[in-house]
Amino acid sequence: MGKTLFQKVFDKHKVAELKGGKYQLFIGLHLIHEVTSPQAFAMLDELGLNVAFPERTFATCDHIIPTDNTERPFRDKIAEEMMKAIENNTKKHHIKFFSPEIEEQGVVHIVGPEMGLTQPGITMVCGDSHTATHGAFGAVSFGIGTSQVRDVLATQSLAMSPFKVRRVDVNGSLGKGVYAKDVILHIIRKLGVNGGIGYAYEFGGSTIESLSMEGRMTVCNMAIEGGARVGYINPDEKTYAFLKGKPYAPGADKWDKAVRYWESIKSDEDANYDDKISFNAENIKPTVTWGINPAQCIGIDENIPEPVTEGDKEALEYMKLQPNKPIEGTKVDVVFIGSCTNGRIEDLREAANVLKGKKVANNITALVVPGSFSVKKQAEAEGLDRIFTEAGFQWRMPGCSMCLAMNPDKLEGEQLCASTSNRNFKGRQGSSSGRTVLLSPVMAAAAAVTGKISDARKIFNL
Amino acid sequence: MSIKPINQIKGTALPLVIDDIDTDRIIPARYLKCVTFDGLGEFVFYDDRFESDGTPKNHPLNNPKYKNANIIISGANFGCGSSREHAPQAIKRAGFNAIIAESFAEIFHGNATTLGIACIILPHSDIKELEGYIKENPGEKLIIDIETETLKSSAKSYRFQINQNAKKDFLAGTYDSLGELLTNMDKVKILEKNLPYNFKYLG
Repeated sequence: MGKTLFQKVFDKHKVAELKGGKYQLFIGLHLIHEVTSPQAFAMLDELGLNVAFPERTFATCDHIIPTDNTERPFRDKIAEEMMKAIENNTKKHHIKFFSPEIEEQGVVHIVGPEMGLTQPGITMVCGDSHTATHGAFGAVSFGIGTSQVRDVLATQSLAMSPFKVRRVDVNGSLGKGVYAKDVILHIIRKLGVNGGIGYAYEFGGSTIESLSMEGRMTVCNMAIEGGARVGYINPDEKTYAFLKGKPYAPGADKWDKAVRYWESIKSDEDANYDDKISFNAENIKPTVTWGINPAQCIGIDENIPEPVTEGDKEALEYMKLQPNKPIEGTKVDVVFIGSCTNGRIEDLREAANVLKGKKVANNITALVVPGSFSVKKQAEAEGLDRIFTEAGFQWRMPGCSMCLAMNPDKLEGEQLCASTSNRNFKGRQGSSSGRTVLLSPVMAAAAAVTGKISDARKIFNL
Repeated sequence: MSIKPINQIKGTALPLVIDDIDTDRIIPARYLKCVTFDGLGEFVFYDDRFESDGTPKNHPLNNPKYKNANIIISGANFGCGSSREHAPQAIKRAGFNAIIAESFAEIFHGNATTLGIACIILPHSDIKELEGYIKENPGEKLIIDIETETLKSSAKSYRFQINQNAKKDFLAGTYDSLGELLTNMDKVKILEKNLPYNFKYLG
């Protein structure tokens, strides 16, 4: 029996077996940000420990950074304190900091790949659950808590047990107006928010292979929303083409050797999976959430379901939606395009492409928050910023922004937001009664133009 | 870096039997704005407990019957969502050291275990029975015995499940793994040297 990529990479990074039965796993690459790292550095100081391999940790600032006025000191004193903490900690411990001053800052899961740090066959962690994003390159990449950030800083390793591996195949061609976001929402809808507990999801099949690297990142990004801490895709020529020439990718002299390693860690043809499931791409519609977790979603042309569980009832009540009614036509107050799920250049291109010459509906606040400085500059070079601003969108500085509203970008009261982010939890977007509908960037553009949750295929004649 | 083994947890319970309690509910993101975990306890489940104007809602944590409870009884997929350790830190700092649920989200489970919060798994039917019993007998003493995997009230004894690695680590006092990881630094250095990749800047 052959092995999966997960098993091969895990085995290569095993340091020792620990007393409790877990393994000590070496972590090849560690990304940090300002929210979950300061406490870890404080713990190190308290224990008198140093960072073991500072050249394997890279930092940026994303969660708390304002996207309108980024002048220092930030108006929010605690945000300023957090920014100072990451500046001081990275300086003190000789860690590279992708800062706003040098225009390398961005959402940690967007910066890693664009810097060429995210590579196949590496183990990779970050104190953020959406670290699964990097699995799109064939990395074994997962989110950790702050005590584990401390462990990785101090030892470049952590204690863990291997996951089981579920192969998730999607085959066939996607219909018009159907994107990577719809694929992953559909998978979560079918497997549930806790269906992936204990598993790494290996995504494959012709649909997944046909996705761009950006689309693959969108799919892996939301593995955790289905309960799977790791989501990954076997690397291929597309992966290598994306990496070539990136600042921290292997140089020309090391390239062939690197590709040989990357090829060697791909799942074997006869790999042994703990579970397998398969989806038909033709059944996937533009998908939107109606509830308060990402599995509570439907195709845009479906009716909101009759509640079955207490959770369903709670969700409908919170969202102020009626069962057996279409979700299409639901009034929207805010539109947010951005986040580690859909804040990459391809997402902005897709949304801008349909927005050309269109106008945002009256009384809608619409904002585009590029995922990084690099995405922002690229978009501006292509003139996408002008398309957005002429349509009536605000064009912001990079950051996590309204995905989790730790910066000043927040919903107010019971506002409903058509959002390209990843979580529709109660209160997620900064108002304790604010409502979130998750969807793709093109569907967000349709909501902005009509002021309602709409079928982008009809609005833009796709 | 020795820590105390945990064999038994005694105390009273707070019934909070809802499925999919996510980390944003346990500690809303606005309370993540901090450089230390101190003081997080008072904001645990804040938006579930209070209206936006600060008026207390009808929530078990606001019910004096469950004051001083140290064991949470909940539903399936407890702690789903973010990797924020702020969630189990807030729970611990609010005085809880055990959670009984149908299942746990993975990252939360790992974070909670590292902090010495026992994650105890019971089937749905047992949880509903226990919930009913606690609601009728608030303040009833429960005993969680890690070694024998039993939970006792004065009315009944339940067999529970616990992650076996977590169980071993609780009994051995190794649930915070840093001490053990540090003992293998020689092996870590050798592995690092032989890895087929590093991150040298190309310029």
